Amino acid sequence: MNSKIKNTLFQCRAINKEFGNVKANDDISINIGNSQIHALLGENGAGKSTLVKIIYGLLQPDSGSMTFLDKEFLPKSPKDARAQGVGMVFQHFSLFEPLTAFENILLGLDKGIGEKELHESVIRLSESYGLEVNLSSFIGDLSAGERQRVEIIRALIQKPKLLIMDEPTSVLTPFECESLFKTLKKLASEGTSILYISHKLKEIADLCDTASVLRKGAIVGEYDPKKMTARELGEIMVGQPLFEPKRPVATNKRKKVLSVKINEVKPDTQFGVTLKNIDLEVYQSEILGIGGVAGNGQEELMQILTGEKKARSVIIKYLDYNVEMLNPRERREIGLAFAPEERLGHAAVGNLNLLENSLITDPKRRFQKNMGFINFSELNEFTNEIIEKFNVKTTGASALASSLSGGNLQKFVVGREIEQKPSLFIVNQPTWGVDALSAANIRQAIVEIANNGAAIILISQDLDEILEISNKVAFLTNGSLSTPTNTAEIKTDEIGAIMGGISD
Amino acid sequence: MFKLIPRENVSPVLSLLGPLFSIGFTMFVGGILFYFLGVDPFAAIKMIFWDPLMSETFSTYSIPQIFIKGAPLILIALGLSVGFKANVWNIGAEGQYIMGAIFGASFALSLYPLESFFIFPTMVLMGILGGSLWSMIPALLKVKFNVNEILVSLMLVYVAEQLLALASLGFLRNPDGAGFPGSRNLSLYSSASNSELIMGTGIHLGVLLSLLMVVFFYVLLFRHSLGFKIKLLGNSPKASGFSGDNPNKLIFLCLTLSGSLAGLAGIMEVAGPAGQINIDFNVGYGFTAIIVAFLGRLNPIGIFFAGIVMALTYVGGELTQFMLNLPAAAIQVFQGMLLFFLLSFDLFVHYKIKLKGKK
Repeated sequence: MNSKIKNTLFQCRAINKEFGNVKANDDISINIGNSQIHALLGENGAGKSTLVKIIYGLLQPDSGSMTFLDKEFLPKSPKDARAQGVGMVFQHFSLFEPLTAFENILLGLDKGIGEKELHESVIRLSESYGLEVNLSSFIGDLSAGERQRVEIIRALIQKPKLLIMDEPTSVLTPFECESLFKTLKKLASEGTSILYISHKLKEIADLCDTASVLRKGAIVGEYDPKKMTARELGEIMVGQPLFEPKRPVATNKRKKVLSVKINEVKPDTQFGVTLKNIDLEVYQSEILGIGGVAGNGQEELMQILTGEKKARSVIIKYLDYNVEMLNPRERREIGLAFAPEERLGHAAVGNLNLLENSLITDPKRRFQKNMGFINFSELNEFTNEIIEKFNVKTTGASALASSLSGGNLQKFVVGREIEQKPSLFIVNQPTWGVDALSAANIRQAIVEIANNGAAIILISQDLDEILEISNKVAFLTNGSLSTPTNTAEIKTDEIGAIMGGISD
Repeated sequence: MFKLIPRENVSPVLSLLGPLFSIGFTMFVGGILFYFLGVDPFAAIKMIFWDPLMSETFSTYSIPQIFIKGAPLILIALGLSVGFKANVWNIGAEGQYIMGAIFGASFALSLYPLESFFIFPTMVLMGILGGSLWSMIPALLKVKFNVNEILVSLMLVYVAEQLLALASLGFLRNPDGAGFPGSRNLSLYSSASNSELIMGTGIHLGVLLSLLMVVFFYVLLFRHSLGFKIKLLGNSPKASGFSGDNPNKLIFLCLTLSGSLAGLAGIMEVAGPAGQINIDFNVGYGFTAIIVAFLGRLNPIGIFFAGIVMALTYVGGELTQFMLNLPAAAIQVFQGMLLFFLLSFDLFVHYKIKLKGKK
């Protein structure tokens, strides 16, 4: 047993869980000590979620045992887990938007407490842990960070001994992250243990005492994140050496490829974001990174750029063309390429095979030249080229897109666009949900076409990704875009200030 | 408790077995129905499925009849299948079929007794136009105001039936018909007659066109980018927009295409086997074609076979009517069961059933 653990709070032994033929959890054993912040690290699909769902009573293990507070522990439901002292904050919030923060906390309680009494204890909690929330405001009006605080209060009000946090920072600005970390450290110092799930290695080094690394459903080992570099941990997580893509070399004599001016574009639905004051330019061999927390206009901006949505108040100049009134196909014909965020149902279609999926963005109608008849032999060749070059793991070009894993489908989608050798490539969340190695490959491919002269707009919520390969960065906040700055000149605390414009 | 789990890959064998099993089940349950109607179920089933093809007494008449009855079913089902693939639900082919007949017949009869080579082809085009115009009403409402095309197209069937009655009793009534409802007989008007291609069989141009259309639609759906666009729209409107297609244009195209084919079937029928516009001109081909489209798995080749099977139940059904005195409605129930069982079996084609263990 790890010498750092004075006494064990939670322990699981030889947990196994299978889904069909997939071993999601393979003989997993971990120990969590009192007051410990314990990281659970692993790529998507490594088995992290399955394990915490078992601990929180959402799933039952096929075999294995758990002890909690020196007692046998096998919760049948989340309610059972909460009653025994395990709390959880999910990545996707489970709050009612039309209700106030306080009403949401009230609704989350398993046993009734008087409203007045609850109000007092909520205030006490939020004061002592720095969880500031206006209790009477409606959830719909709160930022992601504030909503998360409501979720944390809701979990803490039941006084858990073990708090599970599932990728809590994926929706937060850097500033909000810092205040979350303060809260978590204070909680730990007062005796609550935290099981912290993430694949962001830097924050784990900051926050956690111990890290258990999962790979393909099994524990690889337990490490001290403070004594290791993020890269070392990353390589353990992936199981092979990682390389870091370099941002493209910006040369001086470059043509302007795209300029976009948006005064104001109203959303189609009431839940959309109004785009306003957007002014951006991209040059040859340049990657413009557009960061920001999800739901600040990324989707809306992407639709304007692809041409899926046209608006008169928008000016888009691409080389010498005015393209704002062109549809996506017409834009592709003059050298643009797009990869939207949503892989299934937008960029690709699950019920169609890969050949047909290649046709969706058929460049310059290469395979439909002959009076609209499809040239299957060339299409086949093109599709196989993508599969080979981008190392897409599939049974072949006639496999359904839905049979590919998320990462492989993403490689296919990005590959399909890159193979068209675009002069301008606009991509939204290229590595979302993709394993670390594939992500590095995708970034490398993007950098390569930039080095060969293409202009790139990279929209991403992954700040590290943007800082890693962009030449310039700008941030979307509430539908407006900050002035693009050279990546080399920007400081992390400035980013926080720009992105945090919403709440802090 | 049972639990349904979606199959990851639907096997082609299962997907072919679905229609075959549903035909088998229809025979079985239909047989029980016939038994309670006081008819020997084995004789009835044999008379519906076997005698029209194999019996020496009936087959010389009924084999060509199968193709004649199958032609409108196949034509209409082909058109509908394209829309169904795009998630566009034209349920009103019956109305478009009637309007095609009225349009074409009105054109030809307005020129009566002029004899000229251009009358027949123009009449056919007018028939196609009539069907497509009738389907443009739900198409425009769908595209402009997002009105549900199922309701509009279905309700327009009843409007078309009223217009058919109006034509038969009013503006198209045969002036030499002694006051009986119904128009002049087009098959007796040689410039407008959709006459026999093979003497003594009744096989007409519509039958030939239905076969050609099977090939045409096969190429359209599987070899041409338009077919791909339709499939893409049906699977994901968002991906269709991302691809650069205009979903509204495709929806409009699918509806008018299916209307055109229904109109073509209508004019072929009125100028051929039916002969005249009359109150009882439509016999439900437009609705039965929906069954044919699904029984054929929205695949042109499948639709051809499904159309033939369905035509067999019509021809065989007629046989049982006058040989065994089975009511006509019993045959309609029989046809309805076919779709019912097909949809039921599709559940097993697309889902696995798992027994949930005890907790």
